[in-house]
Amino acid sequence: MIKNISNLGDAAIYCDFGKEINKEINTNVIRYFKSIQKKNIKGITNITPSYNKLIISFDLDLINYSDLKNQIENVKILSSLEDKVKTIKVPICCDDEFALDIDRLNKKLKLSKEEILNNYLNKNYFCYMTGFVAGMPFLGDIDKKLRLNRLETPRVKVPKGSVAITEQFCNIYTFESPGGWNIIGNTPIKVFDKSNQNQPTIINPGDKVSFYQITKEEYLNWNDK
Amino acid sequence: MTNSFFDVVRSGINSTFQDLGRKNLYHIGLPFSGAMDKRNFLISNNLVSNQNNDPVLEFAYQGPLLKLRNNNINFAITGDVNFKIKKSSSDIINGECYKTYILNKDDELDIISTNKSVYGYLAVSGGFKVEKYSDSYSTTTRAGIGANNGNKISSNQKIYINESKNISASKKLDFINSRIEFIRILKGTNFDYFSDSSISKFLSEEFIVTKLTDRMGMRLKGSKLENIKETNIRSEGLIKGVIQIPTDGDPIIMLSDHGTIGGYPKIGVVISADYDKLVQLSPNTKIKFKLIELSEAEKLYKLYKMETDNLLNKIR
Repeated sequence: MIKNISNLGDAAIYCDFGKEINKEINTNVIRYFKSIQKKNIKGITNITPSYNKLIISFDLDLINYSDLKNQIENVKILSSLEDKVKTIKVPICCDDEFALDIDRLNKKLKLSKEEILNNYLNKNYFCYMTGFVAGMPFLGDIDKKLRLNRLETPRVKVPKGSVAITEQFCNIYTFESPGGWNIIGNTPIKVFDKSNQNQPTIINPGDKVSFYQITKEEYLNWNDK
Repeated sequence: MTNSFFDVVRSGINSTFQDLGRKNLYHIGLPFSGAMDKRNFLISNNLVSNQNNDPVLEFAYQGPLLKLRNNNINFAITGDVNFKIKKSSSDIINGECYKTYILNKDDELDIISTNKSVYGYLAVSGGFKVEKYSDSYSTTTRAGIGANNGNKISSNQKIYINESKNISASKKLDFINSRIEFIRILKGTNFDYFSDSSISKFLSEEFIVTKLTDRMGMRLKGSKLENIKETNIRSEGLIKGVIQIPTDGDPIIMLSDHGTIGGYPKIGVVISADYDKLVQLSPNTKIKFKLIELSEAEKLYKLYKMETDNLLNKIR
């Protein structure tokens, strides 16, 4: 499970789950994340799961590295995540005005737009982690035929709601921001909704996500936009 | 009786409401935020007899120009800050930090600039009347959350102040912000990605704080640090104080509003005891790093905490 535990600075614990990146290893990371979260250990200020790491930061006024490490090593880990995860269906419009990198994908992958979308839509993806900016989900794995590097020159501004792919992953830009992933569509839903303070993100680590296509008319009339 | 409020005549460069920060949301992409210089933040609230975690107005470089309306208030400014009180009678008082003042209705408070430092704090007795988001007042502008609807304050807006009973209490603290010779660090998780000569440069040469520095991060320039393993790692969590070395070889230190996930190797992490002094380093300042062990960092934090508590107890 955890291959190595070390300190990251004087106020965080760094748990390394090994070099590989796959759903199985990430599921372990998320099981640790949810188990530690549930224990409400005094002094923990944040727990950050990613592909193959878990970082636990703490308040040095309340606890130190060796005491917390001890507690983490003795946390009973949930055996299954099944009842803790949701399945979310995300509508996207893939008209050319939203699918900003469809030409690049056509050329580089040697697939038509229809083939690209058939390979991408209506499949279950797994949420490895959420972050960088608020609510941005890192999802995978996409079909081998669709895997491509980032843009040579990243965009200065990626429109909010853009759905984009690179390597084995896809994500949703929850804010307008710089970015270099290949954009294939745009969703009208609020993936980060700050008005819902208890749960502002709709996609959380461990969740399953699929995308379905909507028309531009449906996109424009989507009432939560 | 209606609440007092400030009319914001000039907003300043980066004026935001902050408290001690927001916990437990890294996993959805929200940073800790909170006051950059925690010690000066705590002193400001204690001078005006507020709770430790009440929201204060943090400003950077140039601060705001505020005109008080309705009633009198008691305020204090901390940091190394040049400010003036312009009385409605047109008298001008040169302000001193670490001391409370009474501001009367229709007086102006002109926070001109921070001196050879970055952040200053304005606390008012009773506290600012602003809203919490997820249990914290701290403003995270990039996500648009926290006090003031997640935004910096802007010119022509109003800032409301809670009523306070003890505005006549006059308090002060004898305190001067000391400079720091070295920023002390612990080894990062990718310390061994860098060549021996780069490590030796990193720990002996001076680095310059560049203008590309804000609440999210501090970019440094100096000798390029050469990564001999991989220049990208798999994206993973970050914490404040992490020193990342991107492909170009120039260090970036993660500060309180940092992105929660990043993929550059971590050469080191600034110790908690030195964070307040780190964030106050203004562009063009030269700094040096010193590598220490975890046990020493923990001792230094205890010392830092003791000093802070002593300062708060010395406020009279």
